[in-house]
Amino acid sequence: MQNLKDFKASKLAKIFNQFFMVSMWVLGIITVFFVLLLLFLILKDGLPYVTWDFVIGLPSEIDAGGGIGPMLLNSFYVTILSLLVSIPISLGAGIYLAEYAPDNKLTSTIRVCVEGLSSVPSIVFGLIGIALFVEYFQIGLTIIGASLSLAMLNLPLLTRVSEESIRAVPHSYREGSYALGATKLQTIFKVVIPVAMRGLITGLSLVAGRAFGESAVIILAGGVNASAEMWDFSLFSPGGTLAVHLWYVQSEAIVPDAKEIAHKSAAVLLFVVLAINLLFRIPLWWMERKMK
Amino acid sequence: MNDYINLHDVNLFYGTNQALKDVKLQAAKHEITAFIGPSGCGKSTLLRCLNRMNDLIPNVKITGEISVAGESLYGANTDVESLRKNIGMVFQAPNPFMMSIYDNIAFGPRRFGVKSKAILDEIVEKSLRAAVLWDEVKDQLKKSGLSLSGGQQQRLCIARALSVEPDVLLMDEATASLDPISTMKIEELVQQLKKDYTIVMVTHNMQQAARVSDKTCFFLNGEVIESAPTKTLFNNPEDKRTEDYITGRFG
Repeated sequence: MQNLKDFKASKLAKIFNQFFMVSMWVLGIITVFFVLLLLFLILKDGLPYVTWDFVIGLPSEIDAGGGIGPMLLNSFYVTILSLLVSIPISLGAGIYLAEYAPDNKLTSTIRVCVEGLSSVPSIVFGLIGIALFVEYFQIGLTIIGASLSLAMLNLPLLTRVSEESIRAVPHSYREGSYALGATKLQTIFKVVIPVAMRGLITGLSLVAGRAFGESAVIILAGGVNASAEMWDFSLFSPGGTLAVHLWYVQSEAIVPDAKEIAHKSAAVLLFVVLAINLLFRIPLWWMERKMK
Repeated sequence: MNDYINLHDVNLFYGTNQALKDVKLQAAKHEITAFIGPSGCGKSTLLRCLNRMNDLIPNVKITGEISVAGESLYGANTDVESLRKNIGMVFQAPNPFMMSIYDNIAFGPRRFGVKSKAILDEIVEKSLRAAVLWDEVKDQLKKSGLSLSGGQQQRLCIARALSVEPDVLLMDEATASLDPISTMKIEELVQQLKKDYTIVMVTHNMQQAARVSDKTCFFLNGEVIESAPTKTLFNNPEDKRTEDYITGRFG
């Protein structure tokens, strides 16, 4: 029998090790490079020319110099409304699936459905929006229709994120709480959710960013127009958002400065989505400081 | 009061798998009872019957009679939350909640409706003093419980268990993840706590059982093989299997 002492560490293994590390570095750098390039290309044509008048100004159908005020307002309005509807429902569903649902065929079917729903193309949710709000309730293309259709789009992903974050909380926290005589409800809301908060907020910021930039659902359920005046908070005003407007001016509009408006809109859209992501970091950062 | 905690013919099944077989056991008030035995012998399972933590696992069936201070734990009108408040538990790995030291201790009392800041302050100080942690943390009560060292975290968990004024304290290998110095501190603490609480501990460490406990029960394959005053059990074991185990011939 050969003595183990005679074996040497394989040179090949070392080379593979080095090679793998270098490849990962290169791939990482390529990814970051493309993301930065994309950001630069979008922002350079738009951001320098964005003025306050453009951001809150009314759009124009014929003359140059139109703004994006009502669309931008709609973007915020529709995103916030959709989240207000989808957060409680998905959090509830997530809590149910993670804490209450027994391990059986029914719940695994629900889980598969939720996963399936999150890969359904968004335009399908737009069609549901049309069928429901335009055809059944006959309220036309509105903010409320757009928000509720968007909420449906948010539901699967938010539910999944909630379930996963709650499930990831170590069982020892729950045991500690139960052992003190806390009820299940107290355990979930006082002990488990605070620990899951990091995952919940990260998931929420992803969904919020996506909802803010969503276009397919809004085109079908909210229309391509926004209110003709600024600061119109009526739920039944037309529900066109900035992302939709970007598509509209680029492809349909007859204004002479359509291209500039599209560039500037894209820059604003991107800027706001980045800001949303940063904004959601603040509570996380604050929590982490407190918990050090 | 030798049968303050009384178990009679306790059987426990996980599905069809029997984890405890006809366990008969008594533990006296204000004494420390230690459960020893090899891994998987059912000692932790039995401990978890005493505060009904096994209720959290689906498909567990328990038969037989378990009572503390004459009150049946599995009676029809037993209130599980009050029961767990009266029978506190400390776990193998320290599990402070992700909140401040103060809130960790105040958690239990708050669940049972204590709102007054003054009373909570008093409970926090009293519990931390009882767990010999007060002097180390009194200036940093607002800091996270997770910022403490492992040994401090475990004493925080003991303080947390004491905050709801239990009668019985269950310790499930509470020093298994700690270094020898922290272990010694906890053992000293347990000796002091015995004046006010009845303690049942599970331990892998036979020296610990010998050092700390008044009574020791030896478990094997879900059965209590022998249970006797600690000195007797370690010096004059009746059963051959107990002798083999404590002399290190197996397990």
